[in-house]
Amino acid sequence: MASTRTDAPASDGKPAAEMPAQAAQGRLAASLKDAAVAAFLAGVLGFFFIGLRTDIEPGGLEITMRWTAWVVSILIVFGGRLALNLFVFRAQRPATGIVGAGLSGMGEALPGLGKWLMRGLFVFALVLPFFFMAAFPGKDRQFIDLAILILTYVMLGWGLNIVVGLAGLLDLGYVAFYAVGAYSFALLSQYFGFGFWMALPLAGILAAFWGIILGFPVLRLRGDYLAIVTLAFGEIIRVVLLNWYEFTGGPDGISGIPRPTFFGLEFSRGDDGFAAFFGLDYSPIHRFVYLYYIILALALITNVVTIRLRKLPIGRAWEALREDEIACRSLGINTRNTKLTAFSIGAMFGGFAGSFFATRQGFISPESFTFLESAIILAIVVLGGLGSQIGVVIAAIVTIGGIEMLRNLGFLTQIFGPGFDPVQYRMLIFGLAMVFIMVWKPRGLVSTREPSAVLKEKKRIGADMVAQGEGH
Amino acid sequence: MEYFLQQLINGLTLGSIYGLIAIGYTMVYGIIGMINFAHGDIFMIGAFVSLAMFLVLTAVLGFAFLPVVLLIVVIVAMLFTSAWGWTVERIAYRPLRGSFRLAPLITAIGMSIVLQNFVQITQGARVKPLPPQIQGGITLMQGSTEAGTIVVQLSYMQIIIILTTVVLMAIFTLLIARTPLGRAQRACEQDRKMAALLGVNVDRTISLTFVMGAALAAVAGLMFLLLYGVIDFYIGFLAGIKAFTAAVLGGIGSLPGAMLGGLLIGLIEVFWSGYFTVEYKDVAAFSILAIVLIFLPSGLLGKPEVEKV
Repeated sequence: MASTRTDAPASDGKPAAEMPAQAAQGRLAASLKDAAVAAFLAGVLGFFFIGLRTDIEPGGLEITMRWTAWVVSILIVFGGRLALNLFVFRAQRPATGIVGAGLSGMGEALPGLGKWLMRGLFVFALVLPFFFMAAFPGKDRQFIDLAILILTYVMLGWGLNIVVGLAGLLDLGYVAFYAVGAYSFALLSQYFGFGFWMALPLAGILAAFWGIILGFPVLRLRGDYLAIVTLAFGEIIRVVLLNWYEFTGGPDGISGIPRPTFFGLEFSRGDDGFAAFFGLDYSPIHRFVYLYYIILALALITNVVTIRLRKLPIGRAWEALREDEIACRSLGINTRNTKLTAFSIGAMFGGFAGSFFATRQGFISPESFTFLESAIILAIVVLGGLGSQIGVVIAAIVTIGGIEMLRNLGFLTQIFGPGFDPVQYRMLIFGLAMVFIMVWKPRGLVSTREPSAVLKEKKRIGADMVAQGEGH
Repeated sequence: MEYFLQQLINGLTLGSIYGLIAIGYTMVYGIIGMINFAHGDIFMIGAFVSLAMFLVLTAVLGFAFLPVVLLIVVIVAMLFTSAWGWTVERIAYRPLRGSFRLAPLITAIGMSIVLQNFVQITQGARVKPLPPQIQGGITLMQGSTEAGTIVVQLSYMQIIIILTTVVLMAIFTLLIARTPLGRAQRACEQDRKMAALLGVNVDRTISLTFVMGAALAAVAGLMFLLLYGVIDFYIGFLAGIKAFTAAVLGGIGSLPGAMLGGLLIGLIEVFWSGYFTVEYKDVAAFSILAIVLIFLPSGLLGKPEVEKV
């Protein structure tokens, strides 16, 4: 494993045209050796985890050996590494290179294509619930629910994109604002009987307020330090929600959060419900479709506001701040206010999304606002390409869709036997995908960028030209 | 007074463990300027390897003499956990060297998720209790209050933990100060490009830094296992953040600073739960992290960072 990339040029560097057979043979031998090293390492790493297992038994801890699983894991690593060596690392035309070229080619063609792609996506999103109802009558509810979930993350990603992608402030505690939004609505409805539409703006304002409170002390910090402090703030809010039993219900959470109404009409079976008012047959799907359009509207508002803000002085100040804070300050930009507005506007959209999350679930508890959520949202933003709006959409579909897809891998139990539970591999695969996509394309899937200020003609900025997210 | 003394001893013990983990953070941050987010999970891996090796030796092979068993366990745990540390660096960080700063942080978070879930799948999500192995201790003081008598006890376990930490600290300080490897590490810390030009194998040095950090984390994992007797796949997250706080508090990049920060964090946590509330002890640690970073960004023993344009 150690010698993967370093000696690849040595074997590839030989004039391949003169002795292709020998070169191929050398490549095969090197690949085999490398795969053997990787397999050995896998054996060492897996020995105490796959080869042995400790379990609680009546008489204390018991240890059991699982040699078959251990050997199988070593063989899988050997085979996988060999295949990677032959087809990617040492191949004349690496498979990933071809896919990557396709992707970046898409990026080049995006100015013309992108406009139509976005319009197409927009129209598709508008008709999506009806498409699902027509095409999958039995499973429409499940699919619409998934679409709502993805859109929630798209909105969160767009909100975080303001902070991380535009202003370049690395925020690992974004889920705190999501939690503030969700809990504001839940508590307002519990103590004062507020409905969703009344609580929504308040939740956004409260989250923005918290954004300022948390943003103020961290203004001096940069890069990784900022990331860790925001992470700490996120955890503090979660621990307080968990322990303030009298007010927030602690680990029990808050249930019975009201559903959103359509201009006062509830989605109920009764005579004053939505269906009866419009003379439709009652169906529970109405509420899902309605929720879908709410989150679609909220997400689109986030998007439009972000795009418009980028053209305003404040948006340009954000981007200038991301590129170089010192230059920014010497040009007379008030960096404190610039950072605080980024923090609070990002937080506000997080609060809206949280409020929506509360009304969709009807129940919230601190369990929903762990660090993992922050990590997923940040992964969506970074995998999509920092600062890219369409990238967030693609990454959210891939990430959330992927995680949910892994829930439905029931057919694998037929291959691996009934003891195999695919759901528990979900987060493992998610983590691995996060690492490998990042290693493969460190600047995200859509890495080119639209300039916000242009002179005469609009040129796209290539990935290698942008110094994004340096964390100043 | 007696209560205070007992809390002081407990705090120092806990602080030693945090300090050992913090050294891993501080060395890696010093040399490549990134937060190795997966380091807390390396500590967790160390604890699990220790547990499995301990059970293999006692339950399967039937060794009974505890000092020898613990010695073998600590060596094996250091070796195997180092392999994990090396692999994490090789897979997730080395390909991204020279890339923009956010990228390795994202892969580090990804690696952390991978390690936690890998252990959860292979070893199960339930906690693993290990009955106390080293019992007894020295009674230092005895005092009586209206609630009853309070005994200030320094258990053998605590003595072992504190002594081991001191010895390891001494060894690593010498390693950094006197050996060629330590010299290479300090050179890479100051200027990686220049060190490479002068013939220092930078990649190898960075790998060895991860290996050293992982080895210390493995010792911390074994101590945690013996002290608390309960581990699960999630212990790395909180311990990792607290150890990072310790590294920052002591001044990131400074070895004695990491140890000092670890001791302070341990003391603060123990006294907070002893005199205030147990529920909010994590809030105390996080608040200290925020306060230190805001008012004392270079830490207690760190060098102030000069911003070059």
